Amino acid sequence: MIENRPILAVLTHLVLILGVVIVVFPVYLAFVASTHGGGDFLRGLVPLLPGPNLFANYEFMLTEGLTTAGAPPLWIMLLNSLIIALVIATGKIFISILSAYAIVFFKFPFRMLAFWVIFITLMLPVEVRIMPTFKVVADLGLLNSYAGLTIPLIASATATFLFRQFFLTVPDELMEAARVDGAGPMKFFRDILLPLSRTNIAALFVILFIYGWVQYLWPLLVTTDSRYYTIVMGIKRLAATADAEPQWHLVMTAVMLAMLPPVLVVILMQRLFVKGLVETEK
Amino acid sequence: MASIDISAVKKIYAGNVTAIHNLDLTIPDGELVVLVGPSGCGKSTLLRMIAGLETITEGTVSIDEQVVNKKEPAERDIAMVFQNYALYPHMSVRGNLEYGLKNRGTPRDEIDRRVAEAARILEIEPFLDRRPRQLSGGQRQRVAMGRAIVRKPKAFLFDEPLSNLDAKLRGQMRIEIKRLQRSLKTTSVYVTHDQLEAMTLADRLVVMNAGRIEQVGAPIELYERPATLFVAGFIGSPPMNLIEVDYLRGRGDDLKLPEGTDLCGVRPDTIQVADPGEPSVRLDATIELYEPIGGESHLHLRLEGSGQLIVAAVPARTAVVEGATIPLFVRIADLHPFNRDSGRRTD
Repeated sequence: MIENRPILAVLTHLVLILGVVIVVFPVYLAFVASTHGGGDFLRGLVPLLPGPNLFANYEFMLTEGLTTAGAPPLWIMLLNSLIIALVIATGKIFISILSAYAIVFFKFPFRMLAFWVIFITLMLPVEVRIMPTFKVVADLGLLNSYAGLTIPLIASATATFLFRQFFLTVPDELMEAARVDGAGPMKFFRDILLPLSRTNIAALFVILFIYGWVQYLWPLLVTTDSRYYTIVMGIKRLAATADAEPQWHLVMTAVMLAMLPPVLVVILMQRLFVKGLVETEK
Repeated sequence: MASIDISAVKKIYAGNVTAIHNLDLTIPDGELVVLVGPSGCGKSTLLRMIAGLETITEGTVSIDEQVVNKKEPAERDIAMVFQNYALYPHMSVRGNLEYGLKNRGTPRDEIDRRVAEAARILEIEPFLDRRPRQLSGGQRQRVAMGRAIVRKPKAFLFDEPLSNLDAKLRGQMRIEIKRLQRSLKTTSVYVTHDQLEAMTLADRLVVMNAGRIEQVGAPIELYERPATLFVAGFIGSPPMNLIEVDYLRGRGDDLKLPEGTDLCGVRPDTIQVADPGEPSVRLDATIELYEPIGGESHLHLRLEGSGQLIVAAVPARTAVVEGATIPLFVRIADLHPFNRDSGRRTD
């Protein structure tokens, strides 16, 4: 806005601050909860200031965990989640950039059919095809394995579509210039297309890492062995205890730790992420 | 360096659209040939077939006496300059110049030597480490040329390389391309739709229309003796006036025109306001618009009787007023006789 009236500035800031408070307050509460001792929540009054048990709680959860709830130490679950999110993000990018390359730059029979087949899988997310997918994964003996946790989530129409849209904006002359310069298809892909897609890849990596990190239903189905639990499904197990009060301070510790990696990824890749969404290097 | 032979080449696109009909053209070693024509005439298609970016439906294209129909662009040893420059945006200028040489496995010191030489010729040394996006249009154009000359190819192919530049820069770059081609003596094919660019650059000019060659020749030959009505209208600015023979008969001296002539071409600059004292026709016309453009002036005239609009180019300070009806003279020797149906010259 070009208008420069102080009252408007104050008002817009108020709205923004209100929004931030609404978003941040629950997070703050979770943090406060993770710093208190065991009994502090049973009185029904939620404390608003941090307590003294910060390091004790985090150390306990990371190294031992709530064995009574059947959950392994948090570091195992965090590691599992990290592995799964990384494999899903890189796997999706790898497969979709190659399929988009094939669809955009090569002429082969049924090219558009191939694209549309990939595209309509957008209508079939994991939750819709969960039973058949589970059956396939179980028959292949992939239950309780990293392969079973990641492979069904890798094939991705969204990323293929995004790369396709980006590749379509690359001028034909660039490919023709590369051909005249003696670059074959793979060389063109590696030397020209991949560097140009850098910011897109970064943006997608952030989105897909978080997508992989927050997977809940699928890990819940395919893992029975606690060695393969992921953090997001693990939190549910921590909170659901059969005959005792949930240990909220420890659950919140787990929540805080589960939140950390995606936040870090966003913060560290923010610059590339924004660049990838708003500009193209052409 | 090499000659280029195009023999009986046809291009038929999917859906049976014929872009090029049975075209023959030979470009001798070291010549700069300009393909010119309106958009959609097939000039770019022809260039892209020489480059290997477009398949050849029928006929053969040979470079250096080798048929290259089935060869990849890189194997044809040609270099191409594109309209939008097509520089690799993520590479520095140096990277752009080196890329083709690297792909061919040229030794490092040879690459450095050639890049330095090209940069010196094109005066782009100060920008070697910049990215294309940090350069102006003219500088990018130089880099695109540099990418072509470092390769020392058998032929340069230019696809409307100047049409993205402003008029002044276009004029400068035109001169530079001409100078560069003269000094390198590399066989070149240059595509443009701009007839001024075509006239000034070409050793030989090829006028194309609807997938066929209308006329091939030195630019001045085409200007002075257009073989078809299309060439007559396309080459020259303002374009040639075409006047019915029936209208000209009986106005001025005796017309002796070849059999079948029913249309006469009159270049605007051959129309004179004073009687030349040679066999000529006299036209009477009303001045609708007087356009001074500096060195000369253009008169937009309406012919008495037929009402046809014609344009005359007269010396700058010709004393005329708009709205006046004046006599004009055209020497009979300056008339270009055509037949309307065949579209061809009759003499």
